[in-house]
Amino acid sequence: MSETSQAASRPGGLFSGGQFDLGRMLLEGRAFFALIAIILIFSALSPVYFSTNNFLTMSSHVAIFGLLSIGMLLVILTGGIDLSVGSTLGLAGVVAGYLMQGVHLDAFGVVLYPPVWVVVILTCALGAFVGAINGVLIAYFKVPAFVATLGLLYVARGAALLMTNGLTFNNLGGSPELGNTGFDWLGFNRLLGVPIGVLVLAAVAILVIVMLNRTPFGRWVYSTGGNARAAELSGVPVKRVQVSVYVLSGICAAIAGLVLSSQLTSAGPTAGTTYELTAIAGVVIGGAALAGGRGNVRGTLLGAFVIGFLSDGLVIIGVSSYWQTVFTGAVIVLAVLLNSIQYKGKARKKQPPAAKETPSSSTSNSSTPSSQAVSSSQESAREQAVGH
Amino acid sequence: MSAEPVTPLPDAADDVVLSARHVAKSFGSVQALKTVNFDVHRGQVTTLFGENGAGKSTLMKILSGVIQPTSGEILLEGEPVSFASTTEAQRHGISIIHQELSLAPNLSVRDNIFMGRELVRRGGIDYAEEERQTRLLMEELDEPIDPRTPVEDLRLGQQQIVEIARALSVNSRILIMDEPTSALSASEVEVLFRVIRDLKSRGVSIVYISHHLEEALQITDHAVVLRDGTMTAYARREDIDLEWIVRNMVGDNFNLGEPPTGHAFGEVALSLDRISVADTAVPERHVVDQLSLDVRAGEIVCIYGLMGAGRTELFESVAGRVPMVGGQVMLEGQDVSGLSIAERIERGLVLVPEDRQRDGLVQTMSVGENLSLASIGAFTRGGLTSSQLEQSVVDESIRNVHIKTDGAQAGIGSLSGGNQQKVVIGKMLATHPRVVLLDEPSRGIDIGAKAEVFRLLAEGAEQGLAVVYSTSEVGECLSIAHRIIVMSRGRIAAEFGADATKAEIMAASGEAVVA
Repeated sequence: MSETSQAASRPGGLFSGGQFDLGRMLLEGRAFFALIAIILIFSALSPVYFSTNNFLTMSSHVAIFGLLSIGMLLVILTGGIDLSVGSTLGLAGVVAGYLMQGVHLDAFGVVLYPPVWVVVILTCALGAFVGAINGVLIAYFKVPAFVATLGLLYVARGAALLMTNGLTFNNLGGSPELGNTGFDWLGFNRLLGVPIGVLVLAAVAILVIVMLNRTPFGRWVYSTGGNARAAELSGVPVKRVQVSVYVLSGICAAIAGLVLSSQLTSAGPTAGTTYELTAIAGVVIGGAALAGGRGNVRGTLLGAFVIGFLSDGLVIIGVSSYWQTVFTGAVIVLAVLLNSIQYKGKARKKQPPAAKETPSSSTSNSSTPSSQAVSSSQESAREQAVGH
Repeated sequence: MSAEPVTPLPDAADDVVLSARHVAKSFGSVQALKTVNFDVHRGQVTTLFGENGAGKSTLMKILSGVIQPTSGEILLEGEPVSFASTTEAQRHGISIIHQELSLAPNLSVRDNIFMGRELVRRGGIDYAEEERQTRLLMEELDEPIDPRTPVEDLRLGQQQIVEIARALSVNSRILIMDEPTSALSASEVEVLFRVIRDLKSRGVSIVYISHHLEEALQITDHAVVLRDGTMTAYARREDIDLEWIVRNMVGDNFNLGEPPTGHAFGEVALSLDRISVADTAVPERHVVDQLSLDVRAGEIVCIYGLMGAGRTELFESVAGRVPMVGGQVMLEGQDVSGLSIAERIERGLVLVPEDRQRDGLVQTMSVGENLSLASIGAFTRGGLTSSQLEQSVVDESIRNVHIKTDGAQAGIGSLSGGNQQKVVIGKMLATHPRVVLLDEPSRGIDIGAKAEVFRLLAEGAEQGLAVVYSTSEVGECLSIAHRIIVMSRGRIAAEFGADATKAEIMAASGEAVVA
């Protein structure tokens, strides 16, 4: 992403390393090199893989996971987890579809057909609402994030099924005489040859990059995940931060739901099942620490692209979908494994003896080698990003 | 320090069951123990005295196999031994009872005693036999608790006895007790002492650590004093008194500074009015009990007290971290009692917490990000942070509090304990406070860094900052503080000027009554 070039061109920034180091570059660029390798391998295996058109198609698939992953990243940065995003995506699609069919107000005997922009806003508000429930349960009622969002996973999915009786809304095109056309624009149209979904992802990514690196809120997110107690005593409104990240994650899921149902021109209540796991995988491959405090948008996007380009590549060369699942799993394990191997080398070389004096009692220093590895490689990467 | 290592008196050699010879331990650059010699006498109680950070716990952890010494050797019955783990030490008959009990509260007494070495018969646990042995043990200890009682239903004193029973059940010959009475009531202490005497008569050797000097003197046969990782004194019980211990514990003090003079105190900056804080475990008990205190601008107040005196709870309630059940906090005449932590920081009331790893630092962030965390607003313009402005905030902090670091982007873990502490202090000072509370600011940092921290506080006071710090080392009261408050059981037990003596302060805290 653009952060890389900025960091290189402005070495004087507050938190940039300023030196060029090949080993470090390989370490930090792990996800990037994996993506390159995937592209090279599949291009060699299939003539159709390496084409602008295919990349754009694959990217519009990635857009869904990318949006979910960015929302998930925010949650994971605070040390939480959001298992409800897949269901929220499904519910958002269904609600959008329902609104597009027209709202029957029986009491007045009228059918309202809200214009597309109203549908979009209402759907995003729904995502925010689901996120707010998650956030309030977690921050104020101290429900563990895993449990709270697992509950919402079921509730949101159930609500989507109830709304449609298990059926799918197929006619999302709207009609000119009702003034609600344009829903398929999100998923189908292209601007300067780029699918709208990809542009939406880029816009969200840029917003979140700015938010994380250039606003007080971003600093609050990182410090809440790094050490919530210390952050609280430094005046960070930890509870509000926690609620906000779940709200943002819910909105991201709702946007993803809009893009997906627009791409499919249908909204089914089971859309997005298990997508939350793919989103988490993207964040992890992107180098974020599940313990919180470490990770960035660039890595997460790369992680989403790695997963998306890999699974689409496997489809193109005709590998069965069962094998795709196996490959995806292997890539996730490999990514984390690589981190820990590389981290060990780095730790021996760079960790000063004084660091041993601080026992890993804190929550952020979880003692599993993998999470530390993720953190370490990400630390320097984020430092680069933060300065700009 | 000037004190030379003292070799214990050459007692009859067969009297010594376990001894440490020239044992040293370093954590990174910090030397926690510097070539210590230490003997445990058979069937007797040996008490280790020393202030916090003197190295008592480190020595005990080495003897019980929790950690390994950097150099030196351990002799058991004259034979050199080394313990890679506590299990190995236990096999040699050495058990440790930690300050924090290590029982599983949800399990029964029986299950706790046999945890990890369950008696197995024909593929199943032999509960009946376990129960029989447990019952025997508890009877021996004169505390006939039903073996099937869950540990969480027992009083703390009883839990302590379960711990002792567990140690005895593995045939411990040497029992190390780290602060065993800190959570006990007076009658429970009596029971414990009776158990200890009983153990002695059975030939069990005991190593005892306690902050309650008088209590320890009642039970001990030998006294060993540690200071700054060195053994400074050794004596038999009959040859010493309390004053001897205090003198050797505290030593000739390193000069931690003088109360700054030459500036007049300003108005009352912080006024606490009858503050009460409830105990989280027992809400009807108040850990801070109707405490009132006024601190003027430019004044330095030291709060001295033992563990559990309520210092941390007082500070955390004033800073807004824990709710008060009564009372009022006034900052420069304004009531801030209902405000959030962030609002209090904004108005100039800040807290430097006691445990910097847990409450002070964000380990995932750099030195610079930690320093600027509490003053993000100072470098935010139009909703966006400015890296240039942040850089200047951070650089100023690094200069002001003299942090030795490779730069603002260095990881916080790369700093020494003292410099990490300065980061936490610098972070709060960067908010330009009017009142700063520091909970044990010298905890776990070396003497040089302590002096620097105190110099910083003195400088702040000269510029009109009101400083309140707590300590559990009496020597640190008599440094920069204009006024010394002794806290005990949530109340102010005594108040002294800068000319108080160590004995006076310790006496007021309930630690020792020196005639």
